[in-house]
Amino acid sequence: MKLRRKKAFNETTFLLTITITLFFAMYIAGMIVFKNNGFARLQVFLNLFISNASLIVIAAGMTVVMITGGIDISVGSFVAMSCMMLAHMMERSGYGAIHSVLIVLLTGIVFGFVQGYLVSYLKIQPFIVTLAGMFFARGMTAIISQDMISIKNPMFLSWATHKIYLPFGGYTNRKGVLVIPYIYPTVIIALIALVVIWALLRYTKFGRRIYAIGGSETSALLMGLNVRRTRLFAYILDGFLCAIGGILFCLNTCSGFVEQAKGLEMEAIAGAVIGGTLLTGGVGNVFGSLFGVLIKGTIETFITFQGTLSSWWTRITIAALLAFFIILQSLLASSKLKKRR
Amino acid sequence: MNEKLKRITHYRLFLPLICLALVLLVNMIKTPTFFHLSIKNGVLYGYTVDVVNRASELVILAVGMTLVVASSAGTDISVGAVMAVAGAVCCYILSGGAVSVNEYHAPWILGLLAALVAGTVCGAWNGFLVSRMKIQPMVATLILFTAGRGIAQLITKGQITYIRVESFKLLGANIPGIPLPTPIFIAIIVVLITSIVLKKTALGLYIEAVGINPTASRNVGIKSKQIIFFTYTFCGLLAGIAGMIATSRIYSADANNIGLNMELDAILAVALGGNSLGGGKFSISGSVIGAYTIQALTTTLYAMGVSADQIPVYKAIVVVIIVTLQSEEFNRYMRKFSARFAARKAEVAK
Repeated sequence: MKLRRKKAFNETTFLLTITITLFFAMYIAGMIVFKNNGFARLQVFLNLFISNASLIVIAAGMTVVMITGGIDISVGSFVAMSCMMLAHMMERSGYGAIHSVLIVLLTGIVFGFVQGYLVSYLKIQPFIVTLAGMFFARGMTAIISQDMISIKNPMFLSWATHKIYLPFGGYTNRKGVLVIPYIYPTVIIALIALVVIWALLRYTKFGRRIYAIGGSETSALLMGLNVRRTRLFAYILDGFLCAIGGILFCLNTCSGFVEQAKGLEMEAIAGAVIGGTLLTGGVGNVFGSLFGVLIKGTIETFITFQGTLSSWWTRITIAALLAFFIILQSLLASSKLKKRR
Repeated sequence: MNEKLKRITHYRLFLPLICLALVLLVNMIKTPTFFHLSIKNGVLYGYTVDVVNRASELVILAVGMTLVVASSAGTDISVGAVMAVAGAVCCYILSGGAVSVNEYHAPWILGLLAALVAGTVCGAWNGFLVSRMKIQPMVATLILFTAGRGIAQLITKGQITYIRVESFKLLGANIPGIPLPTPIFIAIIVVLITSIVLKKTALGLYIEAVGINPTASRNVGIKSKQIIFFTYTFCGLLAGIAGMIATSRIYSADANNIGLNMELDAILAVALGGNSLGGGKFSISGSVIGAYTIQALTTTLYAMGVSADQIPVYKAIVVVIIVTLQSEEFNRYMRKFSARFAARKAEVAK
């Protein structure tokens, strides 16, 4: 009996539990500290999703790649590139909104394919490949256009500003106006993508293969799995999700400029790691990554509500949390090794 | 004849030297004034001097990066951020917290030492994570890569701290009476000291051994962990020196721009120098040539009118080509291909 309980409480669930507990603890702490500023309102919670919709999707893609034992640090630059592509196509080249979105999705797949090919078939370290991808995408953004382009396409803007009101949770503010909490379509797209990826990883052959090659590449190979092709597909999926993330990001900002989304790769990796994805591969869950992203969002909300702290505190806190979780993972891994001996 | 050719192409520094020659050749055709030198007020001017001067930080970083790559088969991507931290620490101490000062608040040497200590501490943190905690090097250094510029901004309070003192600019400009800029000499000194230490002691051998097989080298009595820790700490120290030069050039601490994108250049220099990114054998001279090649490439691109934002595209393409050429899988494909080609040729000859 005791043994079984121990087995159920393995390191995956352990890391995930810490993350979820941390998130709720932080949120409740925020509610208590910023009680008078309306931290407890439903809209504040929904804003977490609204401002992080793209990051949720990108972190899901990052999780998939990290489960295979790889990493992708090109995502931030790719988001900047897709925003710039959307802006340039709609404002300067006269493409329609739907065409532009489709082209960006296709670009994501191609980008993922190239990176995936280099990683899986030519066996180059994922970090080097995606580092090159990161600089390539950022430079391409500058080549497309060096000045900021704001999107004025009416169709695209109507997608971006369409508020979906929730049927519950309304309240009257100080002026006596009824405020109904709302979300944007981006949130729904992000959540759908998240659930689809979760199901894909959990219930399809492809998903199980990804876990298998991340757990042990040699055993996966001996089992007769096509390791290279699976890894290639993982990167293609990641590229596709990045493209979706880029579009969601663009729906949020409605503009394209070179310095956009700088450091987003870091936030995505931090989200995945904080959410319990192991850097060594084989373990991970997209819902964990969701909570990782939400924790980052909560820290940002803290800083906005606090008002006097500067924006770089977000990065420092995230880095500290990342360091904490990475060290925790490494300690868990080493204790596991000792047990095996 | 064939044997001789093979020996030349298999010479370690063949690839880096060819690359450098290629870049210089393009320059010779494109900009005929490239190799012109002129003397104004006792100081040498010219494109070549500029390339060698601007490459100094990169050369220093590349030396540290070579050792890190050799010992741990991973790269330190935090060097750019560490440069910014070192610059910020130095300027904070010298300015005493003010935004712009016309005289030192503390002795210059104190600022320099503080910057070097800051770099070393950052390097030691990376080394601790990699060697003791057994975290993948790139992920471990990712922490400082993110937090580094935040910390630097925290130190300078988000502003650009100016030190408007003539002697502060000496490190990044010319010392009166010497025709060449100071950074060149610092780079040469760093390279010389490092190579002498590595050649005259067994350290170089140890680093290679650890890089090739950490377990085996531990079994023969080399302290693998300490060697890896040492290379990261040393890399941090060198990043501190590079940060000081960069800060001195613009006599200010600009947390957002000092050492920006330097990590890719340093990795590129190591790869271009014929070093395997998989660890093991290394060549400092290769990396140094690689660093000068990259700076020559950057200067060439600038001269051709490419803007600073767009340069990463070309560098990324160069990186991908180099790592592809280095990759074993690619070479296997090529061998297969050439074998098939030779077989067909023989058949035709029959």
